[in-house]
Amino acid sequence: MLRKLRPALVLLALLTLVTGLAYPIALTGLAQALFPTQANGSQVEVQGKVVGSALIGQNFTAAKYVHGRPSATTDTDPKDPTKTVPAPYNAMNSAGSNLGPTSQALSDRVKADIATLQAENPGVPIPADLVTTSASGLDPDISPEAAYFQAPRIARERQLPIATISSLIDQQTKPRLFGLLGEPHVNVLALNIALDAQR
Amino acid sequence: MTTIGWIQIALFSAILIAITRPFGAGLATLYRDGSAPFSAVERGTYRLLGVKPSDEQSWTRYAIAMITFKIACFVALYAVQRLQTVLPLNPDGQGPISPDLAYDTAISFLTNTNWQSYGGEGTMSYLVQMAGLAVQNFASAAAGIAMAVAVIRGFSRRSSKTIGNFWVDMVRITLYVLIPISIVLTLVFIWQGMPQTFAGHLELTTLEGAKQSIAIGPVASQEAIKMLGTNGGGFFNANSAHPFENPTALTNFIQMLAIFSIGAALTNLFGRLVGDERQGWAIFAAMFLLFVAGVAVVYWSESHANPILAALGMDPSMGNMEGKEIRFGISASALFATVTTDASCGAVNAMMDSFLPLGGLVPLINMMLGEIIFGGVGSGLYGFLLFAIVAVFVAGLMVGRTPEYLGKKLEAREIKMTMLAILCLPLAILGFTAVAVVLPGPLAALQAAGPHGFSEALYAYTSATANNGSAFAGLSANTPFWNTTLGIAMMIGRFFVVIPALAVAGALAAKKTLPVSAGTFPTSGPLFVGLSIGVILIVGGLTFFPALALGPIVEHFAMLAGTLL
Repeated sequence: MLRKLRPALVLLALLTLVTGLAYPIALTGLAQALFPTQANGSQVEVQGKVVGSALIGQNFTAAKYVHGRPSATTDTDPKDPTKTVPAPYNAMNSAGSNLGPTSQALSDRVKADIATLQAENPGVPIPADLVTTSASGLDPDISPEAAYFQAPRIARERQLPIATISSLIDQQTKPRLFGLLGEPHVNVLALNIALDAQR
Repeated sequence: MTTIGWIQIALFSAILIAITRPFGAGLATLYRDGSAPFSAVERGTYRLLGVKPSDEQSWTRYAIAMITFKIACFVALYAVQRLQTVLPLNPDGQGPISPDLAYDTAISFLTNTNWQSYGGEGTMSYLVQMAGLAVQNFASAAAGIAMAVAVIRGFSRRSSKTIGNFWVDMVRITLYVLIPISIVLTLVFIWQGMPQTFAGHLELTTLEGAKQSIAIGPVASQEAIKMLGTNGGGFFNANSAHPFENPTALTNFIQMLAIFSIGAALTNLFGRLVGDERQGWAIFAAMFLLFVAGVAVVYWSESHANPILAALGMDPSMGNMEGKEIRFGISASALFATVTTDASCGAVNAMMDSFLPLGGLVPLINMMLGEIIFGGVGSGLYGFLLFAIVAVFVAGLMVGRTPEYLGKKLEAREIKMTMLAILCLPLAILGFTAVAVVLPGPLAALQAAGPHGFSEALYAYTSATANNGSAFAGLSANTPFWNTTLGIAMMIGRFFVVIPALAVAGALAAKKTLPVSAGTFPTSGPLFVGLSIGVILIVGGLTFFPALALGPIVEHFAMLAGTLL
């Protein structure tokens, strides 16, 4: 019996040692030596203080900052641990809304967001990414259109010419990789840091 | 749809075609009959296992070896999860894991499904992720490839009682393919921004002065094998949509190639081992055409905005962005969704639950066809070969001749075994869905009502049975009913396909190979490609059409009519 089980047990033990421990540990060591910034979460510092991760979106709400996309992440309700409460950009619990296309909840949410945005910038088409939640709830980026849409509000709040805001957006827009892969996007945190640096 | 979007899809296809032949050649070196161990490490491994590499197994011994190994994996993975709270490397203090969740997750990872009823960053410690789950990513991928190689030997050998040695097949693919490629992928992923650390979550103060906690961990090393082995189980809940799990358009592109690479290379290995590469290219062509058709439909569907939202005043030009990430956009999300369900990967970079109905229909159909479009590593090829057997059988019936595939006469036993494997899929998918949607308890787990809710349940059992692992994630599956039934569906979908496939291989290997004659149905030409696609679509399509009509198809018309549910 044990002779029959030996290859199975030994192979599993070897795989656990090699692929389960040696492989991730060795690569962690290599990563910390070769790419320490990325390996530790691409932390962004302003004046020596960590203010976020370049890859993880933040829940910007102040009018002087460019806002990211709506986020569907949740957190445990502090009053009742069996329930959850909305907690946008909760990077301990990534999630999309998972609302289907005919969902009443989706329609209600988008309707409310559109009303807010129309009041802010009347007559301008509402970019889709400003009223749709991302897949992770942590999307660090918005489309250039969504950034330009917010430029008038930022200009007003910061008392800067709108051309300054637009040129900052242009500078912060990352093109497709090799002009080919992905979509042009603007990192919201980077753009807001650049805005703060204007004064 | 944009030109640049199509160019991304075309570029992906071109690179896939380009790597298939060299990768297939490499695999052929490993798996040619009679090749001795290639290195001292390999020889040493056999000595530790107590295995003689020349000791070949019959199909029954091969299957028993595989099952023994899987049982050992189940026990180990169940135990490491249940003991999470007392084991080390748990810096974020993850709590205990319930018995039904641990069982479901263990089955899920050892069957290469990687269905996740839990959210990764809030449930599993680093140790469980690495030494539990990622080990199964390697092991279940290796086992899948080993099975495919054994099935290929059924065709390539003549008058042979044996179909190889399971342990040798496992060791070779792990040692020479999975580990080296994973190391390279890991480094590229880290360079692009994926974390790789044992430190606990980050705590920081944002630009606005709010506190933000960010889950982190040894992500990249797990991500590499998750893609290469078509496992798909995410380190984070949002899977490859999470910016740490898929930071850039480049990592996204590489992840998709990694998913298809081994499945495509195995078609070439098949051709080489049966002595005619064109036989492999015919299979590649059938898979490729089904892939292109799928991605075209998803891309077309998702590049339209949801008409209900457009009517509210949203600019429709970006397409359906609910549940998608900006850095990927529509094209790369549509391509990813197609690739991950053609293969049995199940990783996602966009939330399928929020796709438009026809965009979500294609992933469902891809899985219902048995994931034979390149497919899971190994399982895609042997799954396709089962359909090819039916195709050749149908062709034989049409001309009244005993069907032959690669000189092997297909007789009653092989056809029965093939049908058994093919029928278990609809049985588990439709049977379990039917039960779940009439019981009030399980129904409460669905997020949506009406046809979309039905799609959530149908998708769950399809994904589990087909060993995919992706989800219409509105379903809250972490309940005893869903965990238990999904676990059973995963086992049916894995073992009730692979064991009959090995039986077919055993029967075929024992046969003589007949010489090609004027009456032989050529299995390397367009006629075979067309016939295979026809059989795949008719068997898959007709079986599932009524269920699809109740879910995504009804919802499509409801959406066009502006009906909210």
